[in-house]
Amino acid sequence: MLSFIESLAHRLGGQVERVAARNEHEVYLQLRDADSRPAISILRSEYQGRVASVFAEDRRSADACFFVYHVIEFPGDPAYLLLSTRIDHTDPHFPSHSVDIPALNWQEREIQDMFGIQSDDHPNPRRVALHDNWPDVHPLRKEFSLTTVLPEFEGERHIYRPALGEGVFQIPVGPVHAGIIEPGHFSFAVAGEPILYLQLRMFYTHKGTEKLFEGMPVERAVFLAESISGDSSFSHGTAFCQAVERAGAIELPLLAARMRTILLELERVYNHVADIGAIATDVGFGIANAHASRLREMIFGLNEVLTGNRLLRGMVRVGGVRRAWNESQLSALRLTVHGFESEFRHLVDLIVSSDSTRDRLERTGVLRLEKARDLGIVGVAGRASGIDLDVRRDHPYAAYGDFEIHPPVYDGGDVWHRMQVRIDEVPASLNIISALLDSDLHGEPCTPFDRIAPDSCALSSVEGWRGEIMHWIRVGADNRLERCKIKDPSLNNWPALVEAVQGNIIPDFPVINKSFNLSYSGTDR
Amino acid sequence: MFKILNETFRTGIVTTGYPAAAADIAAGFRGLPRIDFPAWRDARPAAEVCPTDAISAVDLGGVRDVTVDYGLCVFCGLCAEATPEGAIQITPEFELAVEHRQELILSAHYGLNEDGSHRDLISVRPGAAAVEPAAERAGRKLKEQISATLGRSLAIREVDAGSCNGCELEIHALNNPIYDIERFGVHFVASPRHADMLLVTGPVTRNMEVALKKTYLATPEPRLVVAVGACGISGGIFGRNYASLGGADQVVPVDVYIPGCPPRPQALLQGILMAIGRMKQALHLST
Ligand code: SF4
Repeated sequence: MLSFIESLAHRLGGQVERVAARNEHEVYLQLRDADSRPAISILRSEYQGRVASVFAEDRRSADACFFVYHVIEFPGDPAYLLLSTRIDHTDPHFPSHSVDIPALNWQEREIQDMFGIQSDDHPNPRRVALHDNWPDVHPLRKEFSLTTVLPEFEGERHIYRPALGEGVFQIPVGPVHAGIIEPGHFSFAVAGEPILYLQLRMFYTHKGTEKLFEGMPVERAVFLAESISGDSSFSHGTAFCQAVERAGAIELPLLAARMRTILLELERVYNHVADIGAIATDVGFGIANAHASRLREMIFGLNEVLTGNRLLRGMVRVGGVRRAWNESQLSALRLTVHGFESEFRHLVDLIVSSDSTRDRLERTGVLRLEKARDLGIVGVAGRASGIDLDVRRDHPYAAYGDFEIHPPVYDGGDVWHRMQVRIDEVPASLNIISALLDSDLHGEPCTPFDRIAPDSCALSSVEGWRGEIMHWIRVGADNRLERCKIKDPSLNNWPALVEAVQGNIIPDFPVINKSFNLSYSGTDR
Repeated sequence: MFKILNETFRTGIVTTGYPAAAADIAAGFRGLPRIDFPAWRDARPAAEVCPTDAISAVDLGGVRDVTVDYGLCVFCGLCAEATPEGAIQITPEFELAVEHRQELILSAHYGLNEDGSHRDLISVRPGAAAVEPAAERAGRKLKEQISATLGRSLAIREVDAGSCNGCELEIHALNNPIYDIERFGVHFVASPRHADMLLVTGPVTRNMEVALKKTYLATPEPRLVVAVGACGISGGIFGRNYASLGGADQVVPVDVYIPGCPPRPQALLQGILMAIGRMKQALHLST
């Protein structure tokens, strides 16, 4: 429980309408006034609060208003604070915090686009989630039907800021990229080789995911959660199930907690090793990538043995996991983890002993701590720039409470350190798996559940391999969802790329981009 | 340099023998759910749990119309678990690529008992897609020409039209030393202008519709389009909504459909080689 919640409520005094603790993971504090600026400024300056996310909800039919929620975490406290404000539905608007908290820039604009709630004094109030050529619709308003057929899009998709000056050129890239990657548009302004300025246009893969959740039965919605970002299927699936479990007070069996932890770590390992290989490729060390992709294949094969799917899909469910493992699955896990450890050492040795590789990666794509903090950078990219956050340690879930997590934190902030964080995290993940293999992995895989009380809400967070994943849900009647807010770490981290590439040469862009390896689908949903 | 060579020798050859040899697939892998239609006593539980409505049942005048669309299936296995009589078996079959959308669909009719269970199987027939492909495909003759032209050396341009990136992970794997698609003379290229085939993933989003069309038009003829995964075939779990147009064939003509969520690398290999006439279609539902 938030240790200081009473003192806090006292400090905010008359601003507080009510305080409610739904469960041990979250406290709701509703403000009397629609202006959250004074409260958030106190929470940040006096309580070192970090605003992790902001999102909205259409409650016009139940409460005759919209709500805007700010999710705030405090150092050393495992519970989150959800600060909510009522937004008048006749003239919906809410104050922007983006000038003080640039990290909220996109998220506030997304609320504008999706709900039609205006963000007052936003420094850049242009559309972000819906492209400029979309008609004037707000898909997350309840009256907007999921299957609305929109007219043909016309006009300009996005007006990029012109970059002017002698010898300055603009290079457009995308949305279809040269490699096997997701779509998005990058507009580079360059003077000679160095990049002056990068503008991003995302949300090409927006496929109505949050809207789709609404009305979906929670069991079915697990599959949708697994498709938010394919490389994080298990993390997003777990984050979603955990939210439902918290909303419905469904206790997770110990076996399921341990199995989820193992599978979450396998997801981290396969992605990290693939990224290490991909970073090597982008500086011309293809053979290292051949080995890295061979290693990823070892984990994919194991994933299939353990879950029937190479991307770990179809295993997590509300209340636990689908099935327990038999002895042969457990021995495959043991064997692979053991074999992988030494293979991984060989790979790392190959890469770090290559001076030319090191030369290309060090001091390339630097993201400084102050910038990273302003932009709210999380996960691998944050830790490489000195931001010591890890949901596994800060808000323990699954079986992580049994472990001491010491995330690697560096202040280099370059491609090399983003790779180094991954290099450090892989053996740490393997250690967690090995320790769990020594624990009891028998018992019930799942707690059955019945009807979840309508209107139950819950927040859930998971340290996906990229960083902090958050799901917030409200369950309605018949175990169907009213709302599901998804925050993928990519949404936080894209603006970091813009900072990190400045002054670097265009040919280094691929490796800088790869060192972040952000999900377009997770961002765009 | 010595280290690099040493690693290479230590590792040896890791490339799979597939398709010449059988694919090396883990025991628990969930492939095609096969349905024993005469033995199926009730389609409702499977239809109830299926997350993408790949199995759907509609009752009309004492007759149940059951549609099974493998183009929507995400191979979760729930239908088999929900069907106690064992009429649905999860098989390890993964070579599921087909040339025509309707070859992934079966439609069964049952007479019903009082309690809603199946009394008798009236018929099982090939079905029709809920949404017909909007774009026209090339005729048979042209396809043979294409095989002759592209069969020995194929350049692929991958287009993510809105996927979750799961399919991209498996397409990436085609380039790793295990699946090594270059041994078939197949390689991925950076521009549609250099490509013979587009490999399209994801439900086509409203925001990617124009880009997909333009990419298609930039690809020189003769050109092939392969739709990858449940989303690429039908929109999958995303279906058709305000932001998604459904499968790739709603925007460009599709020559081969590869089911999966995502399709494993061997399944991709089979579909790609099938499109250029170097492997045969393995899935024939009606036989
Ligand atoms: S295996 Fe396919 S058909 Fe069966 S429930 Fe899952 S998605 Fe539906």
